[in-house]
Amino acid sequence: MLPEAVAQNPQVVALAEQIPGAIVDATVAVDGLVLGVSPKHIEGVCRYLKEKESFARLSAVTGVDWWPREPRFEIIYFLHSLARNARLRLSVRVAEGESLGSICSVWRGANWYEREVFDLFGIEFRNHPNLERILMPSDWEGYPLRKDYPIHGHKYSYQEE
Amino acid sequence: MIEGKTHVESLDARHELQVADVSGLAVELPQGSSVRRMTLNMGPQHPSTHGVLRVVLELDGETILSARPEIGYLHTGIEKQFEVKKYQQGIPLTDRVDYLSNLNNNLCYSLAVERLLQLEIPPRAQWMRVMLCELTRVASHLIWLGTHALDIGAMTVYFYCFREREEILKIFEMFSGQRMMTSYIRIGGLALEPPRGWHAAVSKVIERLARGIDEYHELLSSNPIWVNRTKGVGSLPVDLMLELGVTGPMIRAAGVNMDSRKDCPHTSYEKFDFDVPIRTENDVYARFEVRMEEMRQSVRIVRQALAGMPSGPWQADAPHVLLPDRERMKTEMESLIYHFKIVTEGFRVPEGSVYQVVESPRGELAYYVVSNGTPRPHRVFMRTPSFGNLQSLGAMLEGVLIADSIAVMGSMDFVLGDVDR
Repeated sequence: MLPEAVAQNPQVVALAEQIPGAIVDATVAVDGLVLGVSPKHIEGVCRYLKEKESFARLSAVTGVDWWPREPRFEIIYFLHSLARNARLRLSVRVAEGESLGSICSVWRGANWYEREVFDLFGIEFRNHPNLERILMPSDWEGYPLRKDYPIHGHKYSYQEE
Repeated sequence: MIEGKTHVESLDARHELQVADVSGLAVELPQGSSVRRMTLNMGPQHPSTHGVLRVVLELDGETILSARPEIGYLHTGIEKQFEVKKYQQGIPLTDRVDYLSNLNNNLCYSLAVERLLQLEIPPRAQWMRVMLCELTRVASHLIWLGTHALDIGAMTVYFYCFREREEILKIFEMFSGQRMMTSYIRIGGLALEPPRGWHAAVSKVIERLARGIDEYHELLSSNPIWVNRTKGVGSLPVDLMLELGVTGPMIRAAGVNMDSRKDCPHTSYEKFDFDVPIRTENDVYARFEVRMEEMRQSVRIVRQALAGMPSGPWQADAPHVLLPDRERMKTEMESLIYHFKIVTEGFRVPEGSVYQVVESPRGELAYYVVSNGTPRPHRVFMRTPSFGNLQSLGAMLEGVLIADSIAVMGSMDFVLGDVDR
C-alpha cells in the first residue's frame, strides 16, 4: 500500500499501526516527507504526532485547488518539530462540499489558518471555535482562491455598506 | 454659569448630567462594580498599529478584558495573482508582501523555485544574497526600533534610525536601482551584476552602523521611562506562544532557540560565523535586546561577506531560465532564441511542490510553491511571520493596560502587508 521509499520509515510504520487506515499515501518531495491522511483521521493523526512524535509546532495550514480533478481540494498541514529539527507535511484530499475536522483543539494556532482556508477556498472545519471570514469582508460571496473564480471582474462597493 | 454656584461646582453638575445621559446605553454592570465596560475600536487608522490593523478592545476602565485583532484591510490577493503570472514575473510580487524585508521575500521565493528546478547557484551570488539579506534585516530592525521608541515616547531614536536606514536603502539603490522594491534576487542568481564600488560603499555603511547600534542601545537602555514601560510587559507562556505560531525574535526572547538560518541552512549561511541571541525574560524589553543583538550579528555577517566574497559568476549556468546578457543576445543566435523563449513563453518547472523556509527579520518566512509542469505556478502560499505572530496578540493583551498595548504591539513588529498579503 505504501510506496517503497517510506514503507521502511519507523515513524510512518508506527503511525500506521497506531491509527489503522489513517495513512492513505506517502510521497517524498524535494524538501521531505509528505503523508496523505484520510479526512476522518486528521485530528487523531495530528494529536498523535504532537504528543508522541514531538511535533510541537504547526507552521501553517493551506489549501490547493486541483479542479477539475477529483477530489477537488487538498488541505496541507505543515508540521515542525523543534526537538528533532524536522519538518513534515500532511495532505488531506477533500471533495467540494465536504467538511473536515478542525485541529484547533490540538494546536490553538490552527485557528486563523483554518479560517483563511475557509475564507479563500470555502472548506468548512467542524468544531472550529469561530469559523468566519478573515481576509475578505464578512459579506463576500465566492471563494477567491478557487480555480473557477475569475482573477478580475468583481466589483465591491464600500459605499453600499 | 448657574447663579449662586462656583465655576467648579457647575462643572461638576454638568458632568453628572452627562453621566446620567449615557447610563441608559451602558452595558450590564457586574454587581458592586463602579466601572462600566466599554468596547473600543483601536485602528484601523491608529498610528500605533503601524498600518491598517483594527483591534476590538473590551475595556474595564483602562484594563483590557479581551482584544480581538481584525485583519484583512490590506488583502490584495497576491497569492491569486501568482497563479496567472510566469515564475519570473512573481518576483516583484514578493517585494510587496513584506515591504520592509523585500529581499528576504525575493530570496525565499527564488530558493523555492530553484529547488524545484534543481539549479545550482554560484558562491558569489549566494554570498551577495546573504550580505543583502542581512542589510535588509538591519534596515527592518531600524524601522522597528525607531517607530517602537516613538510610540513609547522616545522621539530622538526615530530620527537616528531613519537616517541610518536611508544609508542602507542607498546601497539597495546602488545595486538594483530601487530603494525599497528591489526585486534584486532572481530565480537563478541576481538581477544585475554588482555595481562598481559596492565594496567600499557597504564597508562605509557597516562601520557607521556598528557604532550607531551601540549608541541607540545605550540611548534606550539607560532611559528609565523606556525601561519601566517595557520590562515585565507582554509576556505569555512559551508553550502557548509556540502553539499560536509565534516565531522570530519574539520566540527567541522567550528562550526558544529557533532560527532557520541555523536549523535548515540555505544560501550558504552555514559558512558564516554568527550567534543566535536568546533571552529568557519574555517581555517587551527582552525582545528589544534580542533585536539589538541581532543587528550586531548581522553586521558581523556582512563583515565576513565583505572579507571573503568569492569571485566568479553571479548567475547560475542555466540559459533556459536566465535572460542572456544583452551583448550576447544581439550577437548570438542561440542567446536570441533563449531570450525569445523566456520572454514569450517562460520556463517550465518540473512537477512537484516545495516548502522553503528562510528567516525573515520577523520570523519564519516560508513559500509553498506547487508546480504542475507549466511556466506558471499552480499555487503559491506564503507562510508569513507576521500572521503567526499577530495571532498571539489577543492572548497577550488580556489583562494589560491600554497604554501597555502600544508597547506590546510595537514589540511584535508586524507588517500588515505581511499579515494580509
